[in-house]
Amino acid sequence: MTLQTEIPRESLTSLAAKALHHRSFIAGFFVTVLVAGMAALSFLWTPYDVTKLVISDKLLAPSAAHWFGTDHFGRDVLSMIMIGARNSIAVALVAVGIGIGIGVPLGCWAAARGGFVDEALMRLNDLVFAFPALLSAIMITAIFGPGAINAIIAIGIFNIPVFARVARAGALSIWPREYILAARAAGKGKALITLEHILPNIATLLLVQGTIQFALGILAEASLSYVGLGAQPPMPSWGRMLFEAQTRMAQAPWMAIFPGMAIVITVLALNLLGDGVADILDPKSRRRR
Amino acid sequence: MTAYLLKRVAIAFATLVLASIVVFAVLEILPGDPARLMLGMNATAEQVEQVRTQMGLNDPLLLRYFHWVGNLVLLDFGRSYTYSVPVIDLVRERVAVSLPLALIALALSTLIAIPVGLHAASRQGRFGDTVSMGVSQIGVAIPNFWFALLLIYLFAVWLKWVPAGGFPGWSAGIWQALKALILPAVALALPQAAILARVTRQAMIEVLSEDYIRTARAKGMPYRAVLWRHALRNAMIPVLTILGLQFAFLLAGTIIIENVFYLPGLGRLIFQAITQRDLIVVESVVMLLVATVILVNLVVDFSYAMIDPRLRGRS
Repeated sequence: MTLQTEIPRESLTSLAAKALHHRSFIAGFFVTVLVAGMAALSFLWTPYDVTKLVISDKLLAPSAAHWFGTDHFGRDVLSMIMIGARNSIAVALVAVGIGIGIGVPLGCWAAARGGFVDEALMRLNDLVFAFPALLSAIMITAIFGPGAINAIIAIGIFNIPVFARVARAGALSIWPREYILAARAAGKGKALITLEHILPNIATLLLVQGTIQFALGILAEASLSYVGLGAQPPMPSWGRMLFEAQTRMAQAPWMAIFPGMAIVITVLALNLLGDGVADILDPKSRRRR
Repeated sequence: MTAYLLKRVAIAFATLVLASIVVFAVLEILPGDPARLMLGMNATAEQVEQVRTQMGLNDPLLLRYFHWVGNLVLLDFGRSYTYSVPVIDLVRERVAVSLPLALIALALSTLIAIPVGLHAASRQGRFGDTVSMGVSQIGVAIPNFWFALLLIYLFAVWLKWVPAGGFPGWSAGIWQALKALILPAVALALPQAAILARVTRQAMIEVLSEDYIRTARAKGMPYRAVLWRHALRNAMIPVLTILGLQFAFLLAGTIIIENVFYLPGLGRLIFQAITQRDLIVVESVVMLLVATVILVNLVVDFSYAMIDPRLRGRS
């Protein structure tokens, strides 16, 4: 039996104080909130109506009236980026939800049962990892038809083994502890122990992995809509905006520059946020990619 | 060691078999009759039926699966419906573009990332570390196809140093062909290099805090020698894992990047085949890519055993 010194639980205030001094957490948190706020605001208001095509205003360079310029239909690029944020966030968030909702129970189950169940699930994991994620996502969306819903499913499927792995590894490190032994001696079943003791202890790991997968989901959604398999027009999406910008790079580089920056800034902010959360909640944890 | 390697080979083989079942099953449930696609809309029902029998589409499921796998093993991939040429010829032609592209990208990424990661780790917390990790943090967040667009704008549209897309073929001369591949390779490599540099740094930092590093330093070994002889070797395991994963990612990345640059590679072939429902091409190329990924991971597993003697004893 191993000796374990319990680290005293940190109070919420001390965590908050730590968070306030963590630069990457602050920066990541602030920008993430800004992007989410921008997406929320777009439901109520955007600088211009993107459903109206004003051909006379097409391909205008950035100006006071159109901060990020206009596209080939005369639509305001800033307004489109704001609405596109909705799509990116929704797709990535639901895909993470699918990954956690299915992957975590599977990973916990594998860790609790061990033996054949564990081996079988890990081999299934190997199988999914053998398919390059983007290739399979393209196949899935091509088979079931392009669109935001199918993009969510395609990205979500690849989140499942990721969360299953993280949950299993985390759970396996908790199971040998004394308090688990005590709980078992007290007659608790494996399911109850997983619910009451394992899950709260791996929540940090899952939270950190969640922000990473969220960021990767935004990149994946952009790739899918770039090749025309994500959200369909007239719904603006960042990837699609880049596709439409490609043939007009020479006349209207702003059509490509700003949506791309939106992707980079959002993903960067989420990664910084994830780093920060990992540092603040658990100094020992390292990020996995 | 043999037991460890045998187990890895067995797992790789089982994964490959499972993958082939998945690919076969997925394409089985796809809508659309290949025979009808081949003959066009004007064909009569009898004609379609005749071609179906000819193509073996009316055989029992299991028989068709074994027939398909058997032919794959013999490198007989069948004929493409849309191109009307043997798939193997298409693949051979396209691999000549995609493989060099992926390898150049992998080489670029490794050549940039490992020195940067080493440098950052040996100057942890100092200026060089902060700058390189800041840049890599941004690199991780950049979608490669956006980066590709920016490269096209800068080097093709503005400076006119290289073509914006297309591929002249290797027959046009190695220099012309490489010129067409260099921007796509850079676009693929740099975001990957950012990830690899971070992993290298992290692995090195961990190794550098080990006791044996202090011992080596204490016995008077020069810092550089410690870094190369002891630290790098021990830090290679996570780095190799990521390299293996990245190869799969690079292969898939070619699908997008080849579309950006209009390169006639495997990625573009598979993308077009999916949209045109050319199933024979899709299933062959997907299996080829999956087999490559599995093989690369197996090579990574083998190299673990070569690098880390502790793994050799384990079965």
